[in-house]
Amino acid sequence: MAQTVFAPWTDPDQKPIIEFRNVTKSFGDFTAIHDLSLNIYEREFFALLGPSGCGKTTMMRMLAGFETATSGDIYLSGKDIGHVPPNQRPVNMMFQSYALFPHLSVWDNIAFGLRRESKDKAFIGDRVEEMLRLTRLTKFAKRKPHQISGGQRQRVALARSLAKAPKLLLLDEPLGALDRKLREQTQFELMDIQEKTGTTFVIVTHDQEEAMTVASRIAVMDEGNLVQVATPAEIYEAPNSVYVADFIGDVNIIEGRATQPGTKTGIAWAEGQPPILATPAKSVEAGQSVHFAIRPEKVTIDVERPDRPNTFRGKVIDIAYLGNISTYHVELAGGQMIKAQMVNARRLANRHITWEDEVWVGFTDTAGVVLEE
Amino acid sequence: MRRFSWFNTVSLTLGFAFLYLPMVLLVFYSFNESRLVTVWAGFSTKWYGELLRDQAFLDAAWVTVKVAVFSSTLATVLGTMAAYVLVRAGRFHGRTLFSGMIYAPLVMPEVITGLALLLLFIGINLDRGVFTIVLAHTTFAMCYVSVVVSSRLTTFDKSLEEAALDLGCSPFEAFRLVTLPIIAPAVISGWLLAFTLSLDDLVIASFTTGPSATTLPIKIFSAVRLGVSPQINALSTIMIAIVTVGVITASILSKRAAVAQRRDEQAAIRAE
Repeated sequence: MAQTVFAPWTDPDQKPIIEFRNVTKSFGDFTAIHDLSLNIYEREFFALLGPSGCGKTTMMRMLAGFETATSGDIYLSGKDIGHVPPNQRPVNMMFQSYALFPHLSVWDNIAFGLRRESKDKAFIGDRVEEMLRLTRLTKFAKRKPHQISGGQRQRVALARSLAKAPKLLLLDEPLGALDRKLREQTQFELMDIQEKTGTTFVIVTHDQEEAMTVASRIAVMDEGNLVQVATPAEIYEAPNSVYVADFIGDVNIIEGRATQPGTKTGIAWAEGQPPILATPAKSVEAGQSVHFAIRPEKVTIDVERPDRPNTFRGKVIDIAYLGNISTYHVELAGGQMIKAQMVNARRLANRHITWEDEVWVGFTDTAGVVLEE
Repeated sequence: MRRFSWFNTVSLTLGFAFLYLPMVLLVFYSFNESRLVTVWAGFSTKWYGELLRDQAFLDAAWVTVKVAVFSSTLATVLGTMAAYVLVRAGRFHGRTLFSGMIYAPLVMPEVITGLALLLLFIGINLDRGVFTIVLAHTTFAMCYVSVVVSSRLTTFDKSLEEAALDLGCSPFEAFRLVTLPIIAPAVISGWLLAFTLSLDDLVIASFTTGPSATTLPIKIFSAVRLGVSPQINALSTIMIAIVTVGVITASILSKRAAVAQRRDEQAAIRAE
């Protein structure tokens, strides 16, 4: 069978390009990274995702060589790089502020790293021209950084960090300074460039949409720990904790108790209400306290009782019209709020559900995730 | 334009008179025909001519320029290094003490600085002359340079240096190729400040000089003790002219640079 899916992390024979082995990093009394181990593979587009202060930037700065781990080792292609200074690592970084040298032209900015290796002039010239073409900056080669726009600066920063053909490229919130439209366009450009150059990319971001768009795998971090490392689809559809479910996308979380042991159970969540039928990934004990997480787009809303495994009566409290979709906030018995999302497939259709309406929400028994916590 | 009230007009006149009347008088009497400084006897430029023929004044001027160039250059190197370390080293034990010690000479009475240096030079048996004045001026000018440079460095984006390291620079190369060119305007104005301070210093120079080296301020001061001559007026007028031209040129240059920068940035925004 021809392997078409890129998933080196599932292949035990693959050697990772980066290995964090039990890395801990403290700043004085504050521990930024707790005993963390992580493998990243060649040609991956790996995202470190988390709120500010979760340690993702510290991880990146340790890879770049600006910080040294307090304990544990970091390997790059099998070599311990713990004490290699940043200027001797085959790693380049694209800075959040871009950090373009203001006194040098675009051309000289891109050539800066190549010149440090004292390569011959013809080689440097060719390489810079290649980078300018790759990032569509040929027209601006002679300009200074303050004479070009934000989007162009971002591309100069990318070209400069790629010029030395690093084994590993680090991107620190690379698109944070761009407006939404430009950011989306640039995300696709980044993926395109990553594929063309075959470089391993590690991106740090707090924007979950950005991580979902560009990354082959995402590491969700919280307070110096890895909470979940998985593909975007797994992270979204099978989060391993309430934290991940809540951090990525929109979610309804309902607390309750399992009514039966095993991998098919009911969840008692309110007095006098039928239990929620669900299929936990790991078998649960009867009476165990669990969280049931379900994405709003998996919850339907109807006037008539639908034919689905789970149906509950509720009242529409709020409607958020977002153009492509509408989100209904429905209050169930016992005051539990649940969000249901409907695609507005038809233009200006007469919406038959409105505020204060009594409705039925429904979902299948596999639509949600059962989380123990 | 709004008209000034009488109160504003009076305060303005008084303020400027206070600042500039002495200098206007000095310049005015430098063109006096008479040998007596305060008696007007008609317009003449003869004192300027005489000044240029006075070998003692020319020698003093040459010594002053030599001292100013050497000491301000040395002070700039040392002051920039001190500022760089203090801003970059972050929080280490005793940092406040260190920075306090660098800035203390700013408020130290010049007489004390001069005396302390004199005692040191006698102690290590150093012949006093141009060399000792250069050392003394370096000592007090470097704290001014370090104040100017460190205020620029605190707003300097540290990631620029990290980017240079990341792209293969050694720490020294990063400083030479990235940091220094960017903070150059602050370093140059630090140098100019040190140069001016050295040019007009009387107290420290008198303490640390020897018989072989007389700077212009020392020369003027000793000449005035025997009576003010119109030659001194002429010399002072020349110095005022040089300083004025320098300051105006510097401000025009920096204003032009700012305007050009703003124009470029607006062009970049339009291109977006």
